Amino acid sequence: MSLPPDQLQSRVQAALGDAVADVEFACDELTVTVAPARLIEAMTRLRDETGLRFAQLIDLCGVDWSGYGDGARDGARYSAVYHLLSLEHNARLRVRAFAADDDFPVLPSVTGVWAGANWYEREAFDLFGIVFEGHPDLRRILTDYGFVGHPFRKDFPVSGYVEMRYDPDQRRVIYQPVSIEPREVVPRVIREDNYADSEGFRKG
Amino acid sequence: MAEIKNYTMNFGPQHPAAHGVLRLVLELDGEVIERADPHIGLLHRATEKLAETRTFLQSVPYMDRLDYVSMMCNEHAYVMAIEKLTGVAPPIRAQYIRVMFDEITRTLNHLLWLGAHGLDIGAMTVFLYCFREREDLMDCYEAVSGARMHAAYYRPGGVYRDLPGRMPQYDPSPLRSESDLKRLNAHRQGSLLDFIEAFTERFPGCVDEYETLLTDNRIWKQRTVGIGVVSPERALQLGFSGPMLRGSGIEWDLRKKQPYEVYDQLDFDIPVGTNGDCYDRYLVRIEEMRQSNRIIRQCVDWLRKHPGPVISDSHKVAAPHRVDMKMNMEELIHHFKLFTEGMHVPAGEAYAAVEHPKGEFGIYLVSDGANKPYRLKIRAPGFPHLAAIDEMSRGHMIADVVAIIGTQDIVFGEIDR
Repeated sequence: MSLPPDQLQSRVQAALGDAVADVEFACDELTVTVAPARLIEAMTRLRDETGLRFAQLIDLCGVDWSGYGDGARDGARYSAVYHLLSLEHNARLRVRAFAADDDFPVLPSVTGVWAGANWYEREAFDLFGIVFEGHPDLRRILTDYGFVGHPFRKDFPVSGYVEMRYDPDQRRVIYQPVSIEPREVVPRVIREDNYADSEGFRKG
Repeated sequence: MAEIKNYTMNFGPQHPAAHGVLRLVLELDGEVIERADPHIGLLHRATEKLAETRTFLQSVPYMDRLDYVSMMCNEHAYVMAIEKLTGVAPPIRAQYIRVMFDEITRTLNHLLWLGAHGLDIGAMTVFLYCFREREDLMDCYEAVSGARMHAAYYRPGGVYRDLPGRMPQYDPSPLRSESDLKRLNAHRQGSLLDFIEAFTERFPGCVDEYETLLTDNRIWKQRTVGIGVVSPERALQLGFSGPMLRGSGIEWDLRKKQPYEVYDQLDFDIPVGTNGDCYDRYLVRIEEMRQSNRIIRQCVDWLRKHPGPVISDSHKVAAPHRVDMKMNMEELIHHFKLFTEGMHVPAGEAYAAVEHPKGEFGIYLVSDGANKPYRLKIRAPGFPHLAAIDEMSRGHMIADVVAIIGTQDIVFGEIDR
């Protein structure tokens, strides 16, 4: 069966030592925040240490924290979130690394640790503009050829900036500024802390 | 001696073997692949960004449209992530219904995969056979949710409604003879569970038919044995999951290893390949269909004996019963708040994964306590698989690329998101 969370936590902390900036345990999931400068070293240890053996990088994604809690959060804006899976010990771990510079977020690439990180890092670069240093082929992946901007940043509108249409006069496809107004049917709202405390909700 | 030049060839995005909108730029040495560079994103709809602007419930139908051949499994991961954060547990009957429909979905997915894969590499008949069975399973979807594909049936806290007591029947029509009508309605006389049970009785025979067509077929073996071999070490490195991982001989299935819902109560086996080639992955998926059939049968048995609620009674996430809503002020308020403002998910983050037919499908959900997700990341199993196509196809012929695309079970809805 799976590794108990407290045991996992002590093993992770023993393996990473002072590379760990923060440890969080919620919803049966362990999250560690690692300083970007020591990310590669920490990831390699997580993969190779006998008590951990996180052989698989399940997921890697970027997160833009700038609007979190309607601006209630301080600290770095961009982070990459790594989800690791250890088949040997049947354990999962979430690793977070914040990019120091908000204007030009840079993180080291983990493609050398897990080959599967290649496309995930391209995706995070494409959507959030996080540059992964040491990536062999950091091209855009999901957006259109010649796309400008990083669409999953919180300041990028859902409707985008340009739209594409066929122009019968020029007889080709052209780009033009968007003609639709963004429309919000249900406004985003955060209620006070005890709003959803009743009826079987998890407290805190 | 003539000068030999490498070709660069474009494959797709409009190509029948590209399984949607895959554009591959192939570098060829004669007919041998030197490098394959997939260009994806032609079906990118920014589902994750759209989910940030919609309430939690409004995003459920978007999940159907990710991997549009295994709709309910996508929803499953999404509702599990919400349930993890809110702490709401679905009733036991809802869990059995979910497991049953997950397995029906797995069968649906593998049937489409088998048919399309066969068609790609020259076995036309099996496609027609597979679609015959898919039709029955689509009818199950329709009976339970009203939609044949995009069901939106799983809801946070349970499922939308209980299984119908009567299976819809074919109507008489001038286009159909009486004997045809009788044959079509033969299994539709009772409830949905009766229909599913009748299906599970004939389905193993159908799988035998597909196997007769393919398993020992010389051409099929020539096209699949030794093609796209992935060693277990590489499969882990590349982030493979599901049948792609098991085909390489690694025994890993979330249904067994990290059981969710009621999978730990059910009896089934996990097939594992040995060589990691296209043929082994074919065998793994065929056996998975048989095992899914076993699981469905056990669920049908249990569901017959145990009636009960199918959605949580926590009205902060699940809508109150219609009659109560009309009769009580409290329920009316809940109903109104739930469908105007939507549910509030406590601040935090959760990752929920299911054993999707294609591999591990995960939802990473970050909530800041609002009525909309702060960030939703979809971990699509096909994404790392397609990323490995360069490595898998290097040194093979062009025609083998088609076999490799087929064996990866690529669906662009989930890869491009």
